[in-house]
Amino acid sequence: MQTPILKINGFAKHFTLHEQGKKIPSSHNVNLEVYAGELTALIGPTGAGKSSVLKGIYRTYLPSAGEILYRDRHGELVDLAQADEYRMLQLRHEEIGFVTQFLFCLPRQSTLDVVAHPLVVRGESRESARSKAAEMLAALNLPERLWSISPATFSGGEKQRVNLARGLVAKPRLLLLDEPTASLDPVTAERVIGIIEGIKQEGVAMLAIFHHPELTHRLGDRVVELTPPSTLIQTQAINKQEKAVA
Amino acid sequence: MRKILEVRNLSKIYGKGCPRCIESTGPEADTNMCPHCGSVVAIHDVSFDLHEGEILGLMGESGSGKSTVVKNLYFDQTPSSGSARFFEEDATHEMFNLNAAQQRRLRNQRFGMVYQNPHLGLNFGISSGGNIAERLLMSDVSHYGEIRERAKELLSRTEVLLSRMDESPAAFSGGMQQRVQIAKALATNPPLLYLDEVTTGLDLSVQARILDLILEIQQERNTAMIVVTHDLGVIRLLTGRALVMKYGRVIESGLTDQILEDPQHAYTQRLVASAL
Repeated sequence: MQTPILKINGFAKHFTLHEQGKKIPSSHNVNLEVYAGELTALIGPTGAGKSSVLKGIYRTYLPSAGEILYRDRHGELVDLAQADEYRMLQLRHEEIGFVTQFLFCLPRQSTLDVVAHPLVVRGESRESARSKAAEMLAALNLPERLWSISPATFSGGEKQRVNLARGLVAKPRLLLLDEPTASLDPVTAERVIGIIEGIKQEGVAMLAIFHHPELTHRLGDRVVELTPPSTLIQTQAINKQEKAVA
Repeated sequence: MRKILEVRNLSKIYGKGCPRCIESTGPEADTNMCPHCGSVVAIHDVSFDLHEGEILGLMGESGSGKSTVVKNLYFDQTPSSGSARFFEEDATHEMFNLNAAQQRRLRNQRFGMVYQNPHLGLNFGISSGGNIAERLLMSDVSHYGEIRERAKELLSRTEVLLSRMDESPAAFSGGMQQRVQIAKALATNPPLLYLDEVTTGLDLSVQARILDLILEIQQERNTAMIVVTHDLGVIRLLTGRALVMKYGRVIESGLTDQILEDPQHAYTQRLVASAL
């Protein structure tokens, strides 16, 4: 039997807001597995903590509980919930890609350089990185006249294509996708689906959030449903009302 | 990536100090001044690593001790306790055990510093080119023509007009002065650069170009940097990891995107929430 690239046991994430004295639960009791050449779809209503799972894997959020067992390309098992910062950075550069819901990139950089960046970080020459970036942008149907300018002024759909191109160009071993087709027109969405199917054939493992059940059905090899956590837990700390009373 | 700097338990106390200084200061005590003896605990127990080509952010408000950290590491000040090791390919330096000449060598040849106040980093009594020559002379380059060429190269890299290289930095705008400082800091091609609030007080457009220059340099030369700033935008733009300081203590550290999106400490949450 195949062993998973990623296995999550009992993951939870909550936020402690000190100012308001509140503890806000996000994800709770998440268990899932992701395999090479397969896509695991995360589904559930808004607020079920789907994005928190992806951010917890990538360490944009610090997990509150659970294990995130990742098997790296040398076969070594790492708990991403515990790994040190340098290990996380190395995995981000070399193995784990994340296409977030919204594009964040350095300002004043051309789209081509934004997309080429993950390859440059890995040590590829600027020219070869840029030519691969161009191929990916073309595959995603982003007009060539936009390549030399910064994505800052792009429309939502254009930004999303830049974001996808940057995530896909580096061919990570594990790719996290947060609603990758949300603001795309049907033609471009269809291209993205084609590309996802293609990299799945190449053995990339994916964990993705889709909000269309149809996409889950078409692309998901496994489906994990999250439920929203129970209501927020009030802690005893500084609470405005208490302050007012005092 | 190779480790180039390892700082452990660095502390700096101004004043004579007393046994109760540490317990009476810090974020919980809400002060860095000891109520018993009046000493100021500028930094206490600061530890971190820095790898080749990495940009580490030190963030916090005025008085949090972030500048004190780099001043100690650049030998502008002597720490009260703690250690720092600087790793070169073929040697490891226990920084605070070196003699004055050895410290000067590291300072002149292996480290670069860019201060918020150009008066600290530049000699306003001589030309901009002369400022760079001064640093090259201290690191054993002594051929006049060679120095002049190298100064030209550095100033043009940092986009300072060569036609003005014989003028004193006093005649330059704030942004230009920072460019001369950066050129001077880079003169010996150091593997480690300290940047202390380098864009604070500059126009936004000038800030943006200085920050772009810093990133380009980091990519071209793989220079490791410690960036001291209270500006979250600078932290987000430049750094991969960051430490948050308050009243001389590191209250939180992590990957920069995590610090900004999921801050753990009450103070960091307030800081991030108050970003424009």
